[in-house]
Amino acid sequence: MIYLTRKAEFSAAHYYHNPEWTPEENLRVFGKCANLNGHGHNYTLEVTVAGEVDAATGFVIDLKELKDILNREVLDDFDHRHLNLEVPEFAAQIPTTENLAVAIWKRLESKLRVVKLHRVRLYEQPDLFVDYYGE
Amino acid sequence: MKVYLTRRYLFVASHRLHNSALGDTDNLETYGKCNHPHGHGHNYFLEVTVSGPVSSQTGMVCDLALLDGVVSHEILDRFDHQNLNQLEEFSNAIPTTENLAICVQQILNRVPLPAHLEGIRIEETANNSFEYAGALSPRR
Repeated sequence: MIYLTRKAEFSAAHYYHNPEWTPEENLRVFGKCANLNGHGHNYTLEVTVAGEVDAATGFVIDLKELKDILNREVLDDFDHRHLNLEVPEFAAQIPTTENLAVAIWKRLESKLRVVKLHRVRLYEQPDLFVDYYGE
Repeated sequence: MKVYLTRRYLFVASHRLHNSALGDTDNLETYGKCNHPHGHGHNYFLEVTVSGPVSSQTGMVCDLALLDGVVSHEILDRFDHQNLNQLEEFSNAIPTTENLAICVQQILNRVPLPAHLEGIRIEETANNSFEYAGALSPRR
């Protein structure tokens, strides 16, 4: 089994807000992230897939194909967008890095044919990242 | 659903690798430049990984401010801008980054954290990093 990781970047805006809470509660829990005008990040996404090396090509997966899937399923919708307002998963869910990683997993999992999705790692900033293994 | 969250912290410290049970020649042979008598220092990057379900209320594994508070109080306040050899934690251990990783993991094991501690990783330099799994399963 070989694990292959492809990295991609996207920039997006978001804010954290739980509509069931008062503005004071939102501010207490989410701090600066509760500002409803939003703020943004340069996210770095690392997608790791697992599979066997194809004898004919020497590839686990054609990198171009993986790149196209990442662009089509994730980056085209997320990059230079407002996550709360423009990405359907976050109409009723807070776009934390945790929820983003899970949403990205769900978008990618069924689109991969010859390889299995192993891990989605998403950096919000260089000092903060989350990993999701589909568990 | 289980999500792993990793937070990265910086502390700077000095140390000298020296085993008093060995002679000067053996120390120099074992530790090389790290044995120079007056010590040297590093920018250590500590990564702390916690895990858990994502709260439907907050969308988070844990409150980052709480995690930062514990790590700052228990680890950064203890080690930042210190000479590791002078600390009680290294009175009987050589302050290699292996021993530092074990020490940090043991401290975090005994304090309450806002989510389950999966493991820690310390970068001594950009080229050397150390992970301690302890009794925990190895990180993937």
